[in-house]
Amino acid sequence: MADYNTMELMICTAARELEDGASVGVGTGAPCAAAMLSQKTGSPNLTILFEAGGAAPLIPEMPISVGDSRTTWKALMASGMCEIMETACRGMLDYTFLGGAQIDMYGNLNSTRIGPDHQKPKVRFPGSGGANDFASFCWRMMVMTPQDPKRFSEKCSFITTPGWLEGGDSRAKSGLPLGAGPYKIITNMAVMDFEPESKRMRIVAVNPGYSEKDVQDNCGFELLKAKKIIDNPPPSAEELHILRDVIDPYRYVIGR
Amino acid sequence: MDVIAQGSGKIFTDPDADKARAFFRTKNRKLESKVMTVKEAVEKFTKNGDYLVLGGFGANRIPAAVAHELLRQGRKNMGFAGHTSTHDFQILCAGEVFDKLDVAYIVGLEARGLSPNARKYMESGKVDVSEWTNYSLSVRFKAAAAGVSFHPARNVMGTDTFKFSGGKIIACPFTGTKYIAQPAIYPDVAAIHVHEADIYGNCRVRGITVSDFDVARAAKRLIITCERLITNDEIRRDPSLTVIPYWCVDAVCEVPFGSYPGNMYGEYFSDEDHLREWMKVEQDPDEFKKFLDKNIYSCKDHFDYIDRNGGMRKMQMLRQKEFMFIGARS
Repeated sequence: MADYNTMELMICTAARELEDGASVGVGTGAPCAAAMLSQKTGSPNLTILFEAGGAAPLIPEMPISVGDSRTTWKALMASGMCEIMETACRGMLDYTFLGGAQIDMYGNLNSTRIGPDHQKPKVRFPGSGGANDFASFCWRMMVMTPQDPKRFSEKCSFITTPGWLEGGDSRAKSGLPLGAGPYKIITNMAVMDFEPESKRMRIVAVNPGYSEKDVQDNCGFELLKAKKIIDNPPPSAEELHILRDVIDPYRYVIGR
Repeated sequence: MDVIAQGSGKIFTDPDADKARAFFRTKNRKLESKVMTVKEAVEKFTKNGDYLVLGGFGANRIPAAVAHELLRQGRKNMGFAGHTSTHDFQILCAGEVFDKLDVAYIVGLEARGLSPNARKYMESGKVDVSEWTNYSLSVRFKAAAAGVSFHPARNVMGTDTFKFSGGKIIACPFTGTKYIAQPAIYPDVAAIHVHEADIYGNCRVRGITVSDFDVARAAKRLIITCERLITNDEIRRDPSLTVIPYWCVDAVCEVPFGSYPGNMYGEYFSDEDHLREWMKVEQDPDEFKKFLDKNIYSCKDHFDYIDRNGGMRKMQMLRQKEFMFIGARS
């Protein structure tokens, strides 16, 4: 087995999705690490925005909160939540990275609760935060998450954050901004996108050490397969060096 | 205007703009000193059952001293806006201060993990919950700040978050585009921690403002805690720096290190060791009770709390972390 862990692999895969000149709304943890890595490798002109108001900082170390001082370190603007979300709603945010306790075949996410009773849930999670907002507004929503059959679920207990809703044209009919929606799902085993008509999740790349069967066996619903499924390249030595020595020297994210 | 669909969540505050105007008509506009202690401000301007908003962002620029004082004075049955509420939420859950909640982000402390006690409280069935998002609550404050009763937005639609919200889907009278109309929140009381204020309540904030510009204007009563009192001459020297004007403000309390253990932009970083201790002691009810007695219930004020957690030595270290003289996790 190569010398990297699954978190490092996911972050490196995600970082390569962000092209130079794009804008991305991120949370703390792995998404922020991916945006920082992208900025320090192929995309120096990546604009990073934080929901609490931090805009285009030169992030010196991993923030702990999307509103802490690191999110405005040498930034271009210290604004507020409406400024960031309205920028996204106007159509100026290209990407966002999200996660959740559950994800279904249309990329809908649950970060609210497990169990049927809303006032007395079996497990209560944080709720939307800014996830529903970013997923509604950003052109391309991506998810970074480890993969198992419970998390990749036939049906979410609660849809906190919109993916393609019920597939087909259901999202377009809902009233959410047209043309925006889930783009890529990056897991420890594979990269998925969405079939353009049905909007169902499909495998497009498989990570080193895993087979298509592994990916399907660790998913609670049937995955479609792209015509050509590629092998996702492992992290490069340079990516790992920057990630480990510059971005996350305390192994705050990559040590998880 | 036809309602296309509506959520089942309760609306805990009256969005009626004329009722709000009638209240604001009576609000004091005199330029007079509002300086008092946090204890006096909480006694005077909060009561059981009020709808409360705390400014800042969870563990960043939070009015921690006000949150602690609400517990000491035993406030109950409040409504609360869980607008990326993290450590502030943890404090209020420790005192079971609220039982009506607008949720955007609760229970978690972002990258630090989930609060065991906040989860327990939210899973107890004691809290009446409506579901929203961070931007939703921002625009609900924005509507109130503008003196109107709702704000249209393009988030939330199509999800269960909508079904459990109090929002209504309507069509634009110009384009036919669907929007979720989200009702104004006019909080009974809000508390915001700022960098600098004069004795009248003219406030300066550095760094991100989150939703505080609108929260300050939406609130019927507003308690300001500040790192430093500054002169009115200094405010008048550069009025472009004033973020909150005095006429929104009811109390001004000077509380140095008032966001502790949270982060304060350009002043001090968050006390991660102390926040970790909070999360840890919450796992054991007896330990947690002792912890709360030590850090909140038996403290006279915020100075007392800081003295019990490392005092000036700790504050100096957090200041050095804020400026990256030492790493945040070193």
